Amino acid sequence: MTAYVIRRLMQSVVVVLIMSVIVFFGVNVVGDPVDMLINPEADQEDIENAIRALGLDKPVGEQYLYFLKNAFSGNLGRSFIFGEPALQLIVQRMPATLELAIAALLMAVFIGIPLGLYAGLKPDSSTSRTIMAGSILGFSLPTFWVGLMMIMVFAVMLGWLPSTGRGETATFLGITTSLFTLNGLQHILMPALNLALLKISLVIRLTRAGTREAVHQDYIKFARAKGLSPHRVVFVHLLKNILIPVVTVIGLEFGSLVAFSVVTETIFAWPGMGKLLIDSIQQLDRPVIVAYLIIIVLMFVTLNLIVDILYSILDPRVRLGEREA
Amino acid sequence: MTTVEQTEIEVIAEEADRARVETPFQRFRSDFLESHIATAALVTLVAIILVALFAPVIAPQDPYDLSQVSVLDSRLPPGTKSPDGYTFLLGTDGAGRDLWSAILYGLRISLTVGVMSGFIALIIGSTVGLMAAYAGGRVDAVIMRIVDIQLSFPAILIALMLLAVFGKGIDKIMIALVAVQWAYYARTVRGTALVERSKEYVEAGQCLGLSSNRILFNHILPNCMAPLIVVGTVQTAHAIALEATLSFLGVGLPQTEPSLGLLIANGFEYMLSGRYWISFFPGIALLLTIVSINLVGDQLRDILNPRLQR
Amino acid sequence: MSRVRILFAAVFAVLLAYAAPAIAKDIKIGLASEPTSIDPHFHNLSPNNALARHLFDRLVHTDENQALVPGLAVSWKPVNDTTWEFKLREGVKWHDGSPFTADDVVFTFTRAVNVPNSPSGFGTYLKGKEAVKVDDHTVHIKTPKPYPLMPNDMSTFSIVSKKNGEKASTEDYNSGKAAIGTGPFKFKQYVPGDKFVYVRNDDYWGDKPVWTEVTLKPIKSSPSRVAALLAGDVDMIAQVPTTDIERLKKDPKIALSQGVSNRVIYLHLDHDRDKSPFVKAKGGGDIKNPLKDQRVRTAISKSINRDAIVNRVMEDVAIKAGQLLPKGFFGVSPKLKPVDFDPEGAKKLLADAGLKDGFELTIHGPNDRYINDAKIAEAVAQMLTRVGIKTAVETMPRSVYFKRASRGGPDKTPEFSFILVGWGAGSGEASSPLKSLIHTHDKSKGFGASNRGRYSNPEVDKLIETALATVDDAKRQDLLAKATEVAIGDVAIIPLHYQVNTWGTRKGLKYKARTDEATMAVGVVEE
Repeated sequence: MTAYVIRRLMQSVVVVLIMSVIVFFGVNVVGDPVDMLINPEADQEDIENAIRALGLDKPVGEQYLYFLKNAFSGNLGRSFIFGEPALQLIVQRMPATLELAIAALLMAVFIGIPLGLYAGLKPDSSTSRTIMAGSILGFSLPTFWVGLMMIMVFAVMLGWLPSTGRGETATFLGITTSLFTLNGLQHILMPALNLALLKISLVIRLTRAGTREAVHQDYIKFARAKGLSPHRVVFVHLLKNILIPVVTVIGLEFGSLVAFSVVTETIFAWPGMGKLLIDSIQQLDRPVIVAYLIIIVLMFVTLNLIVDILYSILDPRVRLGEREA
Repeated sequence: MTTVEQTEIEVIAEEADRARVETPFQRFRSDFLESHIATAALVTLVAIILVALFAPVIAPQDPYDLSQVSVLDSRLPPGTKSPDGYTFLLGTDGAGRDLWSAILYGLRISLTVGVMSGFIALIIGSTVGLMAAYAGGRVDAVIMRIVDIQLSFPAILIALMLLAVFGKGIDKIMIALVAVQWAYYARTVRGTALVERSKEYVEAGQCLGLSSNRILFNHILPNCMAPLIVVGTVQTAHAIALEATLSFLGVGLPQTEPSLGLLIANGFEYMLSGRYWISFFPGIALLLTIVSINLVGDQLRDILNPRLQR
Repeated sequence: MSRVRILFAAVFAVLLAYAAPAIAKDIKIGLASEPTSIDPHFHNLSPNNALARHLFDRLVHTDENQALVPGLAVSWKPVNDTTWEFKLREGVKWHDGSPFTADDVVFTFTRAVNVPNSPSGFGTYLKGKEAVKVDDHTVHIKTPKPYPLMPNDMSTFSIVSKKNGEKASTEDYNSGKAAIGTGPFKFKQYVPGDKFVYVRNDDYWGDKPVWTEVTLKPIKSSPSRVAALLAGDVDMIAQVPTTDIERLKKDPKIALSQGVSNRVIYLHLDHDRDKSPFVKAKGGGDIKNPLKDQRVRTAISKSINRDAIVNRVMEDVAIKAGQLLPKGFFGVSPKLKPVDFDPEGAKKLLADAGLKDGFELTIHGPNDRYINDAKIAEAVAQMLTRVGIKTAVETMPRSVYFKRASRGGPDKTPEFSFILVGWGAGSGEASSPLKSLIHTHDKSKGFGASNRGRYSNPEVDKLIETALATVDDAKRQDLLAKATEVAIGDVAIIPLHYQVNTWGTRKGLKYKARTDEATMAVGVVEE
């Protein structure tokens, strides 16, 4: 097991390297950051000075080697736009995004699994049909559309919730988050739900599918035949078995929640990493994009590792060590 | 609980009866038609596909021909008469396109983009995922790390790079969508296949000397179908919505040839202004399409899943 | 009895506590774009410059119409051909209490062009200029050649305190440590990506703002910004989208403030290449670039229905354009009028040019830069298609667009043939667009940097260069107007319209709409 984890960590170094190459050269292909940054009144000489100041006058290959050299000492470069270290910019905005992603994930789990279980156990009831129909709505409408609709209804028309932004923060046990204040919770409710909608639908569907399959399988029939209480059958035997695909997907989805809360953060003016990413992409702030994606790819690698380990715990039939041949 | 079991027994008996007299296709058909909702969804879906196919015949205007579209007709409410004599049934959009025509044409593009990209991604993703799970070891590690990279890569950046290098177009958007989606399928299939691989029937197959391909595609794959179809139907719908989001971010399809998603994205800015029709009607069309795809998909999944065979 | 009194006192205390903040006046403003730094010299771009004006002053201020008014300098005049004298305001104090002197101005001249990692500094306005302290409240600024635009240039950058700025980095400004200005507000808090919070400077030398505390929140998504205003979460928003104006006008809780901007939206055409990459003969074959023919350019201009664009695309929130700046600005020509819509005349001109069957063209434009940019491009394409110039539309995000439009072709030449662009005259007078868009592209002189059509007319060049060396205002004004007339006569560019900017406020507030599009808390007044 330890050897397995170490091997995976070494692979992740390679992954990060490849990622940095793709992004570095990819962003270069898109456009020239100087065109985004320079004041339109600037003349040709000013433009060339700016190109030099940002180190963009050298060939891309050389720029990449320079980046790599600094990266090994922990310096991922300075943002072209903010002039601050890229890593610091991302870390500053990370808590806002993490709390949003966690809130969304909790919604997905605590709304999705019970509803999915219900729909799977009683597939023909009208409640189940409503649940399933509702779950389709969750992923058929574009996020930006639903987000704005929510703002219109709950903030503008009803005035129940604040329209945009992150609420007050509080610090508890060394963690500063807006989840600890009422004002913060009011602010996070809509964006978190907006972000969670797709995930709720996905979890409902996965849970239902798993449940539908499992109820027909021998071990469930056997458990029932043994006279175990229906509750025990559902919550111990059934749930344990259907959790595998659900865990995979939730693990991955948590990653995508953190990584690509872009649209939700833009619509709700949420000061998180997603908004930073989209702004950086739109203005070709290469150091931030590269640093961001390196962090994200590390996160995905870690998440996948955790998911794989969880697999082996949840399902003893999956043996990690054996696959290293 | 007993009622469930009773119905199960009844169903099994019924199936057994039927199996004796029906060909597989007949059985498939009768299984499918068992659900009225699924039948209705199938009818709707077929109607939508037909309408999309025959859009040039049905639509009063060619919304992609700039000489037929005039900005002077923009933002007209539903029911207004056009200068050419026909009625703008559903009103016009911000560029003066007849919305009804634009929806018909847009359906074609959205369906093509969503279904094609979903399908290609499904094939690539599940093949790769199966290979990873079955081969294990180094192959698995390499494939899954590529998946990691892919999953971390934001769709908008892929779309932006493709746009910068190749320009705008349906094919470029499809490439971007496939690139975004295949990793999801690969991850899902691999997860399930890993479990399946260690089951007895695979060992049995190997003992019998069956080829790896045969074990993979004939034995393991059908058992991965349930989560795959779930992800598949969700992803197809999601692909259509994702295309709308890319359009919303300005890196989607060419604006003079709008898809449903682009129509919604364009209408988005009119949502607060009271001109509801510009994004409402395309939204309804999109919803109808996606809901029927999913209802049909759900039913298919239940029928095709070997473990649900009653 | 005593219990009642205690209760009474408690109620009174609570009331007082509530009454106190009622005297304080807070305002929350939703910005359309996010300023990237509090350091006023870090990035010379409009959102940062507008933000800087809250904390810092300039030597010369501009009013809402970009007319020059005294700022930290009370008066200025040229003392000889190459020297301008600025008399500084006395008794001005920095936020930390230290006095403002000529040393701060001289220091600013060195700092503003030397900020480490700055992506775009103030060299554009400061290079070749030397500031010399004459006494504590007099500064001489010297240039190698006569330089008429000195006061305009002195209105572009913030003066920072030498004491606080000498060792300060951009980070020190962002943390508030060095954010010590002379401006109407003082730094209170900066939450990156979220908000800037400033409080009133009660010792301000000028008109004190009515607001005791200002919160500036960037809300980039336009519908969300409008929703935030409608929901009452902010008191004012910048850049109300044109699509929502009609509805907001009817809303009893909302007031709108509108004003024309210094930004013209125009079409640039390929004047240079004989074979232009995005111009094709009818049916797709090669063709000698017809855009070099003045008749064709005039035909294109005549085939555009500017009223339709203003009314249908811009929802009447724009003014149709006939030159580079709207009337009222320094250096505009009183003679030039917008070209009338005349499709028959256009067809005739095309026929005269030997293009009776028309040709094919692609219009390129950004889709996230100017108000309704993609829709305008599409409308133009429709109109050209109707006179026989079959026009395709390709719009893209500005990150991709501007590099290709400026340097995307071989040898870093402009890639496109026919493009939609905009130009805002930062200096508030006509030399700004003339020297950047109209003057021959000439790297050594620093002219024509944004001349993406490569229009070149020696007569116009001469007029512009003479104007830029003429200190006499009346003469310079005439030269600029003349240059504009010749260039527009050549159809160097095709102006479409001037943008009109709209700010939305809650009822009872009003914003002095600014031609430079800046959003500043001092401009918000109560009615």
